[in-house]
Amino acid sequence: MQRVFPFFLEAAWITVLLSVLTTILGLIFGAIGASARMSRFALFRFLGAAYVSVFRGTPALIQLFILYFGGPQIGIQLDAFQAAVIGLGINAGAYMAETMRGAIIAIDKGQIEAARTVGLSRFQTMRYVVLPQAMRLMIRPLGVNINAMIKATALVAAISVVELTYTAQRFIGSTYKPFEMFLIAGVLYMIIIYITGQAVSWLDRKARIN
Amino acid sequence: MGLDFTVIPQYLDIVLWGALWTILITLGAATVSFIGGMFLAVIALYAPLLVRLPFRAFAFLFMGTPLLLQLFLIYFGLVQVGIDVPAVMAGIIGLGLHFAVYNSELFQTGILAVDKGQVEAARTVGLSRMQALRKVVVPQAVRDVIPPIGNNMISLLKDSALVSVIGVSELTLSAQRAIGSTYRPFEFYVLVAVIYYIINLFMEAVQRRVERRVQASR
Repeated sequence: MQRVFPFFLEAAWITVLLSVLTTILGLIFGAIGASARMSRFALFRFLGAAYVSVFRGTPALIQLFILYFGGPQIGIQLDAFQAAVIGLGINAGAYMAETMRGAIIAIDKGQIEAARTVGLSRFQTMRYVVLPQAMRLMIRPLGVNINAMIKATALVAAISVVELTYTAQRFIGSTYKPFEMFLIAGVLYMIIIYITGQAVSWLDRKARIN
Repeated sequence: MGLDFTVIPQYLDIVLWGALWTILITLGAATVSFIGGMFLAVIALYAPLLVRLPFRAFAFLFMGTPLLLQLFLIYFGLVQVGIDVPAVMAGIIGLGLHFAVYNSELFQTGILAVDKGQVEAARTVGLSRMQALRKVVVPQAVRDVIPPIGNNMISLLKDSALVSVIGVSELTLSAQRAIGSTYRPFEFYVLVAVIYYIINLFMEAVQRRVERRVQASR
Protein backbone atom coordinates (compact mmCIF):
# COMPACT_ATOMS: atom_id res chain seq x y z
CA MET A 1 0.00 0.00 0.00
CA GLN A 2 2.70 2.50 1.00
CA ARG A 3 4.63 1.51 -2.07
CA VAL A 4 1.90 2.52 -4.50
CA PHE A 5 0.86 5.72 -2.78
CA PRO A 6 3.55 8.04 -4.19
CA PHE A 7 2.56 6.93 -7.70
CA PHE A 8 -1.05 7.82 -6.99
CA LEU A 9 -0.08 11.27 -5.69
CA GLU A 10 1.95 11.96 -8.79
CA ALA A 11 -0.95 10.76 -10.95
CA ALA A 12 -3.37 12.97 -9.01
CA TRP A 13 -1.15 15.94 -9.84
CA ILE A 14 -1.41 15.07 -13.56
CA THR A 15 -5.22 14.85 -13.19
CA VAL A 16 -5.25 18.29 -11.55
CA LEU A 17 -3.04 19.73 -14.27
CA LEU A 18 -5.25 18.20 -16.98
CA SER A 19 -8.38 19.55 -15.28
CA VAL A 20 -7.01 23.09 -14.97
CA LEU A 21 -5.73 23.27 -18.56
CA THR A 22 -8.90 21.70 -19.94
CA THR A 23 -11.07 24.14 -17.98
CA ILE A 24 -9.17 27.12 -19.39
CA LEU A 25 -9.39 25.78 -22.94
CA GLY A 26 -13.03 24.80 -22.44
CA LEU A 27 -13.94 28.31 -21.28
CA ILE A 28 -12.23 29.82 -24.34
CA PHE A 29 -13.94 27.42 -26.77
CA GLY A 30 -17.20 27.82 -24.88
CA ALA A 31 -17.08 31.62 -25.22
CA ILE A 32 -16.30 31.35 -28.93
CA GLY A 33 -19.06 28.76 -29.43
CA ALA A 34 -21.65 30.78 -27.51
CA SER A 35 -20.77 33.98 -29.41
CA ALA A 36 -21.01 32.14 -32.72
CA ARG A 37 -24.41 30.70 -31.80
CA MET A 38 -25.75 34.16 -31.01
CA SER A 39 -24.09 35.93 -33.92
CA ARG A 40 -25.93 38.22 -36.36
CA PHE A 41 -24.52 36.18 -39.24
CA ALA A 42 -26.29 32.97 -40.21
CA LEU A 43 -23.04 31.25 -41.19
CA PHE A 44 -21.54 31.74 -37.70
CA ARG A 45 -24.79 30.63 -36.09
CA PHE A 46 -24.71 27.47 -38.18
CA LEU A 47 -21.05 26.77 -37.37
CA GLY A 48 -21.66 27.35 -33.67
CA ALA A 49 -24.70 25.05 -33.64
CA ALA A 50 -22.79 22.37 -35.58
CA TYR A 51 -19.87 22.53 -33.12
CA VAL A 52 -22.15 22.13 -30.10
CA SER A 53 -24.26 19.39 -31.69
CA VAL A 54 -21.39 17.27 -33.05
CA PHE A 55 -19.17 17.44 -29.97
CA ARG A 56 -22.04 16.80 -27.57
CA GLY A 57 -23.52 14.14 -29.85
CA THR A 58 -20.50 11.83 -30.12
CA PRO A 59 -18.46 10.10 -27.40
CA ALA A 60 -15.55 12.14 -26.03
CA LEU A 61 -13.45 8.97 -26.21
CA ILE A 62 -13.90 8.81 -30.00
CA GLN A 63 -13.03 12.50 -30.31
CA LEU A 64 -9.80 11.84 -28.42
CA PHE A 65 -9.01 8.84 -30.64
CA ILE A 66 -9.60 10.83 -33.84
CA LEU A 67 -7.26 13.56 -32.62
CA TYR A 68 -4.53 11.35 -31.17
CA PHE A 69 -4.49 8.32 -33.50
CA GLY A 70 -6.01 9.94 -36.61
CA GLY A 71 -4.27 13.31 -36.25
CA PRO A 72 -0.94 12.24 -37.82
CA GLN A 73 -2.81 11.26 -41.02
CA ILE A 74 -3.95 14.85 -41.51
CA GLY A 75 -0.67 16.39 -40.35
CA ILE A 76 -1.47 16.92 -36.65
CA GLN A 77 1.31 15.45 -34.51
CA LEU A 78 0.57 15.65 -30.79
CA ASP A 79 1.92 13.74 -27.83
CA ALA A 80 -0.64 12.02 -25.59
CA PHE A 81 -0.82 14.82 -23.03
CA GLN A 82 -1.27 17.55 -25.64
CA ALA A 83 -3.95 15.52 -27.41
CA ALA A 84 -5.67 14.96 -24.04
CA VAL A 85 -5.81 18.66 -23.17
CA ILE A 86 -6.89 19.80 -26.65
CA GLY A 87 -9.40 16.97 -27.15
CA LEU A 88 -11.03 17.33 -23.72
CA GLY A 89 -10.92 21.13 -23.99
CA ILE A 90 -12.81 21.20 -27.29
CA ASN A 91 -15.31 18.69 -25.90
CA ALA A 92 -15.85 20.63 -22.66
CA GLY A 93 -16.18 23.85 -24.70
CA ALA A 94 -19.26 22.47 -26.49
CA TYR A 95 -21.02 21.89 -23.15
CA MET A 96 -19.84 25.21 -21.73
CA ALA A 97 -21.04 27.09 -24.83
CA GLU A 98 -24.59 25.94 -24.10
CA THR A 99 -24.27 26.93 -20.44
CA MET A 100 -23.00 30.41 -21.34
CA ARG A 101 -25.70 30.90 -23.98
CA GLY A 102 -28.34 29.84 -21.47
CA ALA A 103 -27.14 32.43 -18.95
CA ILE A 104 -27.01 35.18 -21.57
CA ILE A 105 -30.51 34.59 -22.93
CA ALA A 106 -31.83 34.51 -19.37
CA ILE A 107 -31.15 38.25 -19.10
CA ASP A 108 -34.33 40.28 -19.54
CA LYS A 109 -34.79 41.51 -23.11
CA GLY A 110 -36.22 44.81 -21.82
CA GLN A 111 -32.80 45.72 -20.42
CA ILE A 112 -31.16 45.25 -23.80
CA GLU A 113 -33.80 47.38 -25.49
CA ALA A 114 -33.42 50.07 -22.81
CA ALA A 115 -29.63 50.11 -23.21
CA ARG A 116 -29.94 50.36 -26.97
CA THR A 117 -32.49 53.20 -26.65
CA VAL A 118 -30.15 55.11 -24.35
CA GLY A 119 -27.63 55.00 -27.19
CA LEU A 120 -25.29 52.10 -26.33
CA SER A 121 -24.01 50.09 -29.29
CA ARG A 122 -24.70 46.36 -29.55
CA PHE A 123 -21.21 45.67 -28.29
CA GLN A 124 -21.47 48.14 -25.40
CA THR A 125 -24.83 46.67 -24.37
CA MET A 126 -23.24 43.22 -24.22
CA ARG A 127 -20.13 44.47 -22.43
CA TYR A 128 -21.72 46.74 -19.79
CA VAL A 129 -25.27 45.45 -19.34
CA VAL A 130 -25.70 41.80 -20.31
CA LEU A 131 -22.38 40.13 -19.54
CA PRO A 132 -21.86 41.42 -15.98
CA GLN A 133 -25.21 39.89 -15.02
CA ALA A 134 -24.88 36.75 -17.14
CA MET A 135 -21.43 36.01 -15.70
CA ARG A 136 -22.99 35.80 -12.25
CA LEU A 137 -25.68 33.43 -13.49
CA MET A 138 -23.25 31.09 -15.24
CA ILE A 139 -20.84 30.41 -12.36
CA ARG A 140 -22.83 27.55 -10.81
CA PRO A 141 -23.82 25.74 -14.03
CA LEU A 142 -20.25 26.08 -15.30
CA GLY A 143 -19.21 24.47 -12.02
CA VAL A 144 -21.41 21.50 -12.94
CA ASN A 145 -19.70 21.32 -16.36
CA ILE A 146 -16.27 21.42 -14.70
CA ASN A 147 -17.27 18.67 -12.26
CA ALA A 148 -18.28 16.41 -15.17
CA MET A 149 -15.09 17.35 -17.01
CA ILE A 150 -12.82 16.40 -14.11
CA LYS A 151 -14.36 12.92 -14.21
CA ALA A 152 -14.00 12.87 -18.01
CA THR A 153 -10.23 13.33 -17.66
CA ALA A 154 -10.22 9.61 -16.79
CA LEU A 155 -10.80 8.91 -20.51
CA VAL A 156 -7.26 9.92 -21.39
CA ALA A 157 -6.08 6.76 -19.63
CA ALA A 158 -7.14 5.13 -22.92
CA ILE A 159 -4.46 7.08 -24.81
CA SER A 160 -2.02 6.15 -22.00
CA VAL A 161 -1.64 9.46 -20.19
CA VAL A 162 -0.44 8.42 -16.75
CA GLU A 163 -3.18 10.04 -14.64
CA LEU A 164 -5.24 8.63 -11.77
CA THR A 165 -7.35 6.10 -13.65
CA TYR A 166 -4.42 4.81 -15.69
CA THR A 167 -2.41 4.40 -12.49
CA ALA A 168 -5.29 2.60 -10.76
CA GLN A 169 -5.66 0.29 -13.75
CA ARG A 170 -1.92 -0.44 -13.77
CA PHE A 171 -1.84 -1.33 -10.07
CA ILE A 172 -5.05 -3.37 -10.29
CA GLY A 173 -3.17 -5.42 -12.88
CA SER A 174 -0.04 -5.84 -10.78
CA THR A 175 -1.47 -6.17 -7.23
CA TYR A 176 -4.81 -7.89 -7.93
CA LYS A 177 -6.43 -5.57 -5.39
CA PRO A 178 -9.14 -3.88 -7.49
CA PHE A 179 -11.18 -2.55 -4.59
CA GLU A 180 -8.26 -0.98 -2.72
CA MET A 181 -6.87 0.67 -5.84
CA PHE A 182 -10.34 1.94 -6.74
CA LEU A 183 -10.73 3.45 -3.28
CA ILE A 184 -7.37 5.25 -3.35
CA ALA A 185 -8.03 6.74 -6.80
CA GLY A 186 -11.69 7.41 -5.93
CA VAL A 187 -10.85 9.33 -2.75
CA LEU A 188 -8.29 11.43 -4.63
CA TYR A 189 -10.87 12.24 -7.33
CA MET A 190 -13.40 13.21 -4.69
CA ILE A 191 -10.89 15.49 -2.97
CA ILE A 192 -10.18 17.25 -6.29
CA ILE A 193 -13.90 17.56 -7.03
CA TYR A 194 -14.67 18.77 -3.50
CA ILE A 195 -12.03 21.51 -3.62
CA THR A 196 -13.24 22.61 -7.06
CA GLY A 197 -16.83 22.68 -5.77
CA GLN A 198 -15.78 24.87 -2.82
CA ALA A 199 -13.94 27.24 -5.16
CA VAL A 200 -17.03 27.53 -7.37
CA SER A 201 -19.27 28.24 -4.34
CA TRP A 202 -16.82 30.88 -3.13
CA LEU A 203 -16.80 32.59 -6.54
CA ASP A 204 -20.58 32.41 -6.67
CA ARG A 205 -20.96 34.03 -3.23
CA LYS A 206 -18.46 36.73 -4.11
CA ALA A 207 -20.30 37.49 -7.36
CA ARG A 208 -23.59 37.80 -5.47
CA ILE A 209 -22.24 40.30 -2.95
CA ASN A 210 -20.97 42.68 -5.64
CA MET B 1 -0.13 9.02 -45.12
CA GLY B 2 -3.20 10.68 -46.64
CA LEU B 3 -6.82 9.75 -46.22
CA ASP B 4 -8.46 6.89 -48.06
CA PHE B 5 -12.07 6.21 -47.23
CA THR B 6 -12.33 3.42 -49.83
CA VAL B 7 -11.06 0.92 -47.21
CA ILE B 8 -14.32 1.26 -45.30
CA PRO B 9 -16.75 -0.94 -47.34
CA GLN B 10 -14.61 -4.03 -46.80
CA TYR B 11 -14.91 -3.70 -43.02
CA LEU B 12 -18.39 -2.23 -42.89
CA ASP B 13 -20.02 -5.45 -41.68
CA ILE B 14 -17.67 -5.67 -38.67
CA VAL B 15 -18.40 -2.07 -37.75
CA LEU B 16 -22.15 -2.46 -38.16
CA TRP B 17 -22.13 -5.57 -35.97
CA GLY B 18 -20.34 -3.43 -33.40
CA ALA B 19 -23.06 -0.80 -33.75
CA LEU B 20 -25.70 -3.45 -33.09
CA TRP B 21 -23.86 -4.48 -29.92
CA THR B 22 -23.63 -0.84 -28.84
CA ILE B 23 -27.40 -0.54 -29.19
CA LEU B 24 -27.99 -3.80 -27.27
CA ILE B 25 -25.59 -2.79 -24.49
CA THR B 26 -27.20 0.64 -24.25
CA LEU B 27 -30.68 -0.93 -23.99
CA GLY B 28 -29.50 -3.47 -21.41
CA ALA B 29 -27.72 -0.88 -19.28
CA ALA B 30 -30.67 1.50 -19.62
CA THR B 31 -32.96 -1.19 -18.20
CA VAL B 32 -30.59 -1.87 -15.29
CA SER B 33 -30.24 1.87 -14.62
CA PHE B 34 -34.01 2.38 -14.67
CA ILE B 35 -34.91 -0.48 -12.33
CA GLY B 36 -31.82 0.08 -10.18
CA GLY B 37 -32.49 3.81 -10.01
CA MET B 38 -36.05 3.26 -8.84
CA PHE B 39 -34.87 0.73 -6.26
CA LEU B 40 -32.19 3.11 -4.95
CA ALA B 41 -34.65 5.99 -4.81
CA VAL B 42 -37.18 4.03 -2.75
CA ILE B 43 -34.41 2.90 -0.38
CA ALA B 44 -33.04 6.43 -0.04
CA LEU B 45 -36.49 7.79 0.85
CA TYR B 46 -38.17 5.04 2.84
CA ALA B 47 -35.64 2.51 4.18
CA PRO B 48 -34.47 2.60 7.83
CA LEU B 49 -31.18 4.41 8.45
CA LEU B 50 -29.10 1.25 8.80
CA VAL B 51 -30.14 0.06 5.33
CA ARG B 52 -29.93 3.54 3.86
CA LEU B 53 -26.36 4.31 4.92
CA PRO B 54 -24.45 1.72 2.87
CA PHE B 55 -26.51 2.67 -0.19
CA ARG B 56 -25.79 6.35 0.43
CA ALA B 57 -22.06 5.57 0.60
CA PHE B 58 -22.34 3.63 -2.66
CA ALA B 59 -24.17 6.51 -4.39
CA PHE B 60 -21.67 9.04 -3.05
CA LEU B 61 -18.73 7.00 -4.34
CA PHE B 62 -20.31 6.41 -7.75
CA MET B 63 -21.24 10.04 -8.28
CA GLY B 64 -17.83 11.33 -7.32
CA THR B 65 -15.63 9.07 -9.43
CA PRO B 66 -15.19 8.53 -13.18
CA LEU B 67 -17.16 5.82 -14.95
CA LEU B 68 -14.01 4.32 -16.45
CA LEU B 69 -12.56 3.74 -12.97
CA GLN B 70 -15.83 2.09 -11.91
CA LEU B 71 -15.72 -0.20 -14.94
CA PHE B 72 -12.23 -1.35 -13.96
CA LEU B 73 -13.43 -1.98 -10.40
CA ILE B 74 -16.43 -4.03 -11.53
CA TYR B 75 -14.62 -6.00 -14.21
CA PHE B 76 -11.57 -6.90 -12.15
CA GLY B 77 -13.42 -6.88 -8.84
CA LEU B 78 -15.90 -9.53 -9.96
CA VAL B 79 -13.07 -11.74 -11.16
CA GLN B 80 -11.32 -11.15 -7.84
CA VAL B 81 -14.24 -12.45 -5.79
CA GLY B 82 -14.45 -15.45 -8.08
CA ILE B 83 -17.37 -14.38 -10.29
CA ASP B 84 -16.12 -14.82 -13.82
CA VAL B 85 -18.57 -12.86 -15.95
CA PRO B 86 -18.05 -12.12 -19.62
CA ALA B 87 -16.86 -8.59 -20.36
CA VAL B 88 -20.23 -7.71 -21.93
CA MET B 89 -22.02 -8.45 -18.67
CA ALA B 90 -19.49 -6.48 -16.64
CA GLY B 91 -19.95 -3.58 -19.07
CA ILE B 92 -23.75 -3.66 -18.82
CA ILE B 93 -23.65 -3.92 -15.03
CA GLY B 94 -21.06 -1.12 -14.73
CA LEU B 95 -22.87 1.28 -17.06
CA GLY B 96 -26.22 0.33 -15.52
CA LEU B 97 -25.10 0.92 -11.92
CA HIS B 98 -23.40 4.20 -12.79
CA PHE B 99 -26.54 5.60 -14.39
CA ALA B 100 -28.81 4.02 -11.75
CA VAL B 101 -27.23 6.37 -9.23
CA TYR B 102 -27.94 9.38 -11.44
CA ASN B 103 -31.48 8.19 -12.23
CA SER B 104 -32.10 7.60 -8.52
CA GLU B 105 -31.54 11.29 -7.83
CA LEU B 106 -34.17 12.14 -10.44
CA PHE B 107 -36.67 9.56 -9.16
CA GLN B 108 -36.26 10.90 -5.63
CA THR B 109 -37.20 14.43 -6.74
CA GLY B 110 -40.08 12.95 -8.75
CA ILE B 111 -41.44 10.95 -5.81
CA LEU B 112 -41.16 13.90 -3.43
CA ALA B 113 -43.00 16.09 -5.94
CA VAL B 114 -46.13 13.90 -5.80
CA ASP B 115 -48.68 15.54 -3.52
CA LYS B 116 -48.77 14.02 -0.01
CA GLY B 117 -52.55 14.25 -0.01
CA GLN B 118 -52.67 11.56 -2.68
CA VAL B 119 -50.88 9.06 -0.45
CA GLU B 120 -53.20 9.89 2.42
CA ALA B 121 -56.21 9.47 0.14
CA ALA B 122 -54.90 6.13 -1.13
CA ARG B 123 -54.33 4.93 2.45
CA THR B 124 -57.81 6.06 3.48
CA VAL B 125 -59.33 4.12 0.60
CA GLY B 126 -57.65 1.05 2.05
CA LEU B 127 -54.40 0.63 0.09
CA SER B 128 -51.36 -0.50 2.06
CA ARG B 129 -48.26 1.73 2.17
CA MET B 130 -46.59 -0.47 -0.42
CA GLN B 131 -49.64 -0.41 -2.69
CA ALA B 132 -49.97 3.36 -2.41
CA LEU B 133 -46.33 3.71 -3.37
CA ARG B 134 -46.51 1.25 -6.24
CA LYS B 135 -49.85 2.20 -7.74
CA VAL B 136 -50.20 5.89 -6.98
CA VAL B 137 -46.87 7.59 -6.33
CA VAL B 138 -44.38 5.80 -8.58
CA PRO B 139 -46.38 5.98 -11.83
CA GLN B 140 -46.70 9.76 -11.48
CA ALA B 141 -43.09 10.19 -10.44
CA VAL B 142 -41.93 8.22 -13.48
CA ARG B 143 -43.98 10.39 -15.81
CA ASP B 144 -42.54 13.58 -14.33
CA VAL B 145 -38.91 12.54 -14.64
CA ILE B 146 -39.00 11.04 -18.13
CA PRO B 147 -37.41 14.06 -19.86
CA PRO B 148 -34.31 14.30 -17.63
CA ILE B 149 -33.96 10.50 -17.64
CA GLY B 150 -33.97 10.69 -21.43
CA ASN B 151 -30.95 12.98 -21.18
CA ASN B 152 -29.20 10.42 -18.97
CA MET B 153 -29.93 7.67 -21.50
CA ILE B 154 -28.36 9.75 -24.28
CA SER B 155 -25.27 10.18 -22.07
CA LEU B 156 -25.35 6.43 -21.51
CA LEU B 157 -25.14 5.78 -25.25
CA LYS B 158 -22.03 7.95 -25.53
CA ASP B 159 -20.46 6.52 -22.39
CA SER B 160 -21.03 2.98 -23.68
CA ALA B 161 -17.90 3.61 -25.80
CA LEU B 162 -15.90 3.22 -22.58
CA VAL B 163 -16.67 -0.49 -22.25
CA SER B 164 -14.35 -1.05 -25.23
CA VAL B 165 -11.52 -0.44 -22.76
CA ILE B 166 -12.45 -3.56 -20.77
CA GLY B 167 -12.64 -5.55 -23.99
CA VAL B 168 -16.32 -5.52 -24.95
CA SER B 169 -16.68 -5.89 -28.73
CA GLU B 170 -18.99 -2.98 -29.39
CA LEU B 171 -18.76 -0.18 -31.93
CA THR B 172 -15.54 1.40 -30.68
CA LEU B 173 -13.66 -1.86 -30.31
CA SER B 174 -14.87 -3.10 -33.70
CA ALA B 175 -13.34 0.04 -35.22
CA GLN B 176 -10.11 -0.72 -33.40
CA ARG B 177 -10.13 -4.20 -34.93
CA ALA B 178 -10.55 -2.75 -38.42
CA ILE B 179 -7.78 -0.25 -37.69
CA GLY B 180 -5.55 -3.08 -36.52
CA SER B 181 -5.54 -4.56 -39.99
CA THR B 182 -5.76 -1.39 -42.12
CA TYR B 183 -3.73 1.16 -40.07
CA ARG B 184 -6.34 3.80 -40.92
CA PRO B 185 -7.45 5.23 -37.55
CA PHE B 186 -8.78 8.54 -38.87
CA GLU B 187 -11.20 6.98 -41.38
CA PHE B 188 -12.63 4.39 -39.00
CA TYR B 189 -12.94 6.63 -35.95
CA VAL B 190 -14.72 9.25 -38.05
CA LEU B 191 -17.05 6.53 -39.37
CA VAL B 192 -17.74 5.41 -35.80
CA ALA B 193 -18.36 9.02 -34.69
CA VAL B 194 -20.91 9.38 -37.51
CA ILE B 195 -22.69 6.18 -36.42
CA TYR B 196 -22.82 7.32 -32.77
CA TYR B 197 -24.11 10.69 -33.95
CA ILE B 198 -26.92 9.06 -35.96
CA ILE B 199 -27.99 6.85 -33.02
CA ASN B 200 -27.82 9.95 -30.84
CA LEU B 201 -30.08 11.95 -33.21
CA PHE B 202 -32.52 9.05 -33.28
CA MET B 203 -32.64 8.92 -29.46
CA GLU B 204 -33.20 12.68 -29.31
CA ALA B 205 -36.11 12.34 -31.74
CA VAL B 206 -37.66 9.57 -29.63
CA GLN B 207 -37.16 11.67 -26.51
CA ARG B 208 -38.98 14.64 -28.09
CA ARG B 209 -41.91 12.42 -29.05
CA VAL B 210 -42.18 10.89 -25.60
CA GLU B 211 -41.98 14.34 -24.03
CA ARG B 212 -44.87 15.57 -26.18
CA ARG B 213 -46.95 12.56 -25.13
CA VAL B 214 -46.16 13.18 -21.48
CA GLN B 215 -47.09 16.83 -21.82
CA ALA B 216 -50.40 15.83 -23.40
CA SER B 217 -51.22 13.33 -20.64
CA ARG B 218 -51.03 15.95 -17.90
